[in-house]
Amino acid sequence: MKFIDEYRNADIARALLAEIARTVRKPWVLMEICGGQTHTIMRYGLDELLPPNIELVHGPGCPVCVTPLETIDKALELAARPEVILVSYGDMLRVPGSATDLLTVKARGGDVRVVYSPTEALKIARQNPERKVVFLAVGFETTAPANAMAVWQAKQENIGNFSVLVSHVLVPPAIRALMTSPECRVNGFIAPGHVCTVMGYSEYESLVRDFRVPIVVGGFEPVDILEAVLMLVRQLEGGEARADNQYVRSVNYRGNLAAQKTIQEVFEIADQKWRGIGVIPASGLRVRDEYGDYDASRIFGLASISVDEPAECISAQVLQGLKKPTDCPVFGMRCTPQNPLGAPMVSSEGACAAYYNYRRHGKQSPEKQLPVVSSQLSVKSEKS
Amino acid sequence: MCLAIPGKVLSAEDLGFARTGRVDFGGTVRQVRLDFVPEAAVGDYVLVHVGFAISKIDEEEARRTYEALAEIGVLQEELPPEEDPADAAR
Ligand code: SF4
Repeated sequence: MKFIDEYRNADIARALLAEIARTVRKPWVLMEICGGQTHTIMRYGLDELLPPNIELVHGPGCPVCVTPLETIDKALELAARPEVILVSYGDMLRVPGSATDLLTVKARGGDVRVVYSPTEALKIARQNPERKVVFLAVGFETTAPANAMAVWQAKQENIGNFSVLVSHVLVPPAIRALMTSPECRVNGFIAPGHVCTVMGYSEYESLVRDFRVPIVVGGFEPVDILEAVLMLVRQLEGGEARADNQYVRSVNYRGNLAAQKTIQEVFEIADQKWRGIGVIPASGLRVRDEYGDYDASRIFGLASISVDEPAECISAQVLQGLKKPTDCPVFGMRCTPQNPLGAPMVSSEGACAAYYNYRRHGKQSPEKQLPVVSSQLSVKSEKS
Repeated sequence: MCLAIPGKVLSAEDLGFARTGRVDFGGTVRQVRLDFVPEAAVGDYVLVHVGFAISKIDEEEARRTYEALAEIGVLQEELPPEEDPADAAR
């Protein structure tokens, strides 16, 4: 789709940067919530291209990073059982549990399989009626409709050997928790475009009101992020605080109602532990009682355990935007994407991995990092 | 993890409890669930996440936003050169 290329257009990016530089007067701290946006920012060096009085801090928006250690440990315990096939999104395999990770359990003979979609997990269950198929269902609101649909369909088709081990997190309660923290420095948020594609952005109105903080829904291309920054800076410099939407090509105010209905059918809101951060009230989803037969924590009687994070990992501060990955004493030394100590180093959308992958060899000149997919404006030719 | 990629709907069919279709991602064609985009028809672009379309991409909106942005670029060229965008961007 050609508009995707255009949203990487270097000329537009430069013009936006200049406009931001002209608009900004005071120093502002902006947080992007989503790991996908962090990835874009690091990849194109947008943080270095912005005027120095705009600081970007990175939020907790990587589901892989915030899935609690306890859930990983439960998955590891299940994966080691001979009757179980543990099915997961690929990103989860290398997330360190307290003793090991899923990849290691797999190497030792555990039946761990990677899928792209929860419907594939259902298929594995249909094909292996004598085994118990457990799907590690993690994600933000973006992924919740798909995971919910798999559970709903399992019930419709009466697939008795399928269940989900759920760790679902919600964005607005996390923003509330961040804003309530006395250490919070954030002046404005870029809300995650794909979460809002599902949920809309009406949910952000109360946050904007309660904390007088502007929130702009942003997309994932460089131009999207820069435009969202400009929209935030304009609000901040004008003394305004509104919920606004940059990512109009996918997001509307109410979101995707069909997807929300499926989430509500299968899941209900519950308190949720975030790895490194702790429990945030009403910030997660759990399987409703009506679908209890498909809830792995219930049917396998997994005790709720509590485990501590490795002491040297500062991911809690990183995920709350209080510290940068490079402030971590073991960053790039004992903690690398090949050998991650903490979850933010695992997924390419984790802040630590994004810093490692794009900053490793020192600073590059910003010019080199500017997006160059299409260097000419193609709008003019399109109009003709 | 929250990546969603755009593709063009090539076909759509209702299977009773599932709506599915073939979607073209720049040459690679995949089967995608269309349950959450009942309004998406053949020829439309959808945003796909873990095998499910989560929105129909509004091409008109994409174009409008882009043109509005392009205008800043055009405007830029007409401004006096005292504030060099290259400097401002550094
Ligand atoms: S660099 Fe590694 S140890 Fe340090 S905060 Fe990030 S994940 Fe944790």
